[in-house]
Amino acid sequence: MSHDSYPMRVMDAAEHGLTLPAAPLRYGSGGKVPARRDGLAKVTGAALYAADRQAEALLHAAFATAPVARGRVVALDTQAALAHPGVVQVYTPANRPPLAQHPDEKRHPFNFRHEALQDDTIRYAGQPIAMVLAETPEAAAEGARLLAPEIAAEPPRVDHDAGTPWQPEMVGFFAPAQAEVGDVARGLAEAEQVVEVEIETPDQFHNAMEPHAILARWEGPEKLLLDTPNQGPVMIAGLVAGYLGLPEGAVEIRTPFIGGGFGSKLMIYGAMILTALAARDLGRPVKTVLSRAQMYGPVGHRAGTRQRLRLGIGSGGRLTALDHEVTALASSFEDFVEPSGHASQHLYAVPNLAMRHSARRVDRGTPVAMRAPGEASGSAALEVAMDVAAEAAGLDPLAFRLSNYAETDPATGRPFSSKALRECYAAGAEAFGWAGRPAARMGRDAEGRLIGWGMGTSQYMCTMYRGEARVKVHADGTASAAIAGVDMGQGAWTILAQCAAEGLSMDPERLRLTSGSSVLPDGAVAGGSGHTATAGMAASEAGRNAVEQLISLATADPASPLFGAGNSGVVARDGRLSRADDPSRGESYSEVLARAGLAEVEGQGVGERVQAHREGYAMFSHGAVFAEVAIDPELAQMRVTRMVGAFACGRILNPRMVQSQLEGGLIWGLSFALHEEAQYDPATGRILNADLAGYHVPAHADIPQLTTLTVAEEDPYVNALGVKGVGEVGITGSAGAIANAIRHATGFTPTRFPIRIEDVLAHL
Amino acid sequence: MTLRLIINGQAQEIALPDSRLTLLDLLRDHLQLTGAKKGCDRGQCGACTVLVNGRRVTGCLTLAATLEGAEVLTIEGLSSGADLHPMQQAFLDHDALQCGFCTPGQIMSAVALMAEGETGADPDRVREALSGNLCRCGAHPGIVAAVCSVLGEQG
Ligand code: FES
Ligand code: FES
Repeated sequence: MSHDSYPMRVMDAAEHGLTLPAAPLRYGSGGKVPARRDGLAKVTGAALYAADRQAEALLHAAFATAPVARGRVVALDTQAALAHPGVVQVYTPANRPPLAQHPDEKRHPFNFRHEALQDDTIRYAGQPIAMVLAETPEAAAEGARLLAPEIAAEPPRVDHDAGTPWQPEMVGFFAPAQAEVGDVARGLAEAEQVVEVEIETPDQFHNAMEPHAILARWEGPEKLLLDTPNQGPVMIAGLVAGYLGLPEGAVEIRTPFIGGGFGSKLMIYGAMILTALAARDLGRPVKTVLSRAQMYGPVGHRAGTRQRLRLGIGSGGRLTALDHEVTALASSFEDFVEPSGHASQHLYAVPNLAMRHSARRVDRGTPVAMRAPGEASGSAALEVAMDVAAEAAGLDPLAFRLSNYAETDPATGRPFSSKALRECYAAGAEAFGWAGRPAARMGRDAEGRLIGWGMGTSQYMCTMYRGEARVKVHADGTASAAIAGVDMGQGAWTILAQCAAEGLSMDPERLRLTSGSSVLPDGAVAGGSGHTATAGMAASEAGRNAVEQLISLATADPASPLFGAGNSGVVARDGRLSRADDPSRGESYSEVLARAGLAEVEGQGVGERVQAHREGYAMFSHGAVFAEVAIDPELAQMRVTRMVGAFACGRILNPRMVQSQLEGGLIWGLSFALHEEAQYDPATGRILNADLAGYHVPAHADIPQLTTLTVAEEDPYVNALGVKGVGEVGITGSAGAIANAIRHATGFTPTRFPIRIEDVLAHL
Repeated sequence: MTLRLIINGQAQEIALPDSRLTLLDLLRDHLQLTGAKKGCDRGQCGACTVLVNGRRVTGCLTLAATLEGAEVLTIEGLSSGADLHPMQQAFLDHDALQCGFCTPGQIMSAVALMAEGETGADPDRVREALSGNLCRCGAHPGIVAAVCSVLGEQG
């Protein structure tokens, strides 16, 4: 294979955004599936992530952090730090240069309140309390250590029981905290049986493999260049400008490669603002790279919850009522509440349906969105409750879910824009062999391990924002697209190019994509599994718009074979226009441009949802996950031995990348079920396992054989492309499926996640 | 202090600016070899994996000053120009990456597996042997498939 035309070194380009051609590789029979455009840069080490970049006269920053969760900083030994060779400056609340916007002022929902050295208050352990600037990273780290903070500590409120109750009006991003359809009390009273499940989920940390990093350079008094991994470059560049008192457009964020985001790179945090501020104050570029430990606190997490579900079961195993109560942990200073209750409101047919959220304010860093915020933890609890209810009803878990299949959205009564969940159940059950499920507590493998099979339903909303893109057709017959897209591994470099090329009716191989900078047309944020839908639709529409211009040029030109055909009488295909009534009469895009004497045409496109569709339909991706666990009968060691997930996610643009996303989702579900948990020291409020040795993210040996399938689903309403999100749906359903498999093997109903050996051991 | 190293086949004399410097920081901050990544700086993630005298090590736990005369191979030295190492090609063929941040470490670790000869193409043994290389995106199935495909060819 030849990589000759491919940039082998993706260096610190001065330009705004990076341009990548198509990868030489394609997948699938017939080679129809493009491989990642950024793949070669990543397997050769050429891809430059923010921390990889260098600058002339660079200063390095390091933070001193709070050792306790509540109290005040009484003293810092700034003299010792400043005396260390190489240390240039130490910022504390006493001398930090002024900001135009207070870090606790909220002007925008993504404007998370944060710590930018505004005062001496400590609101969580690990909070940055001073910033050291030095000539080398070693000197900066040593300077931060020498600050040896003196602290007046107060007893922290660390967990649910110590937290201060608070009733939020909204949860997640603008979602209601409570809702009720029908009358849940009556539904429960009328039920033949009521089951109740209580489950606790822990704080979890995004732990993207790439720690947050910022390289700030001022290219003029009103021109700031930030190289930093970011999931919403245009939006965040605007917010940063606000803190620094800069006009709109003064800040450019470059983010061509992101080493994982999962929600934590969609927020404003103190290091980002302080790095820019320090660079301005000291007149030199400044680089900050958070340590792994510093990612436990200042850059968000998934909040722990306590959930209580009550399900009423009537005749024939039909649900009469579902009540979902959530208490989520919130920080003392920010209002983000994990919206777990929403996970149960759109999935099963139930006439009396309610959810309620409340919160407890604790002395922890602020929670934010983390891959499937709300859905992940809510689904985990809901799916366990569904299995308990299935058992009470005397039905197989799949049969029980099918007998409560929702034909319309139970929360709103709206029809689904599309819903091939039945097909997912069937395809997943078939691939897994669900029909051969052993009787409860009877499964054994050859080694005598207890075998359990469980399942869960997946569901994730179809988010869309408003995005823009620009696409050009050039006289040489090639095309180019420009969009501030965000590729954090999900494949935007490749898929947005596919979308633009589809709008152009051209092979994506002939299109170069420029992306990765906030100065490009705003592709909106990459979050909520809405990026392909939004930015992809914008790219496709921009391509279509460029083709329309070519058609207008041709049909108005007496020298064109298309003259007089009228716009609707022309078909675009593979870089050519031809007459709808006579396909043999046509010409290529470059011929149209050459005769018109034009070097290019430029199309603009917008991606957003049609208002009437948004109001008329419930829009979700769905799936069914099946899992097998093997449990040591004496040690209760639990291993997931295989998982099958079948998903309905609308149109699949790139099956290979969708497979990778869905597999990633299943792995996150597995991790939710068995591994992940931040543990807090009740005395100091510190996280005891703030590193990758103590906080377990799955290793290769934890991951079994995974099978992901997609079922066909056409959706004319969700957006012009017919695509739904795939990045988060795989987490939902999967944690519950594993919990249910453990329940099937042992009879033990989990009361907390992750499920621990000691919990199961007591039930063997 | 001057350190002599052979880095990606090139003999180099390096004036060590700071005795606290790790191999990882030497590569990244002083030699512009930023393919090896810093995911933890604690030996817990494997993103910084490089080969020293053919053995895989975590660059973040290796003090540069201890390496006098050593041969260091990084992802940048694995192939030249368009001729990819079979392991790099296999990662592309199996879509064995998402964000790409763990990828150089995964590949270097997998290249070492080829020489170690402990796993063959047995997926379970490969999973065990690669478990020091974390991936948060969940690219594990593709990585294991890629590595097994190369080890299988190796016989
Ligand atoms: S950076 Fe060396 S093991 Fe994580
Ligand atoms: S591909 Fe992102 S961490 Fe492995």
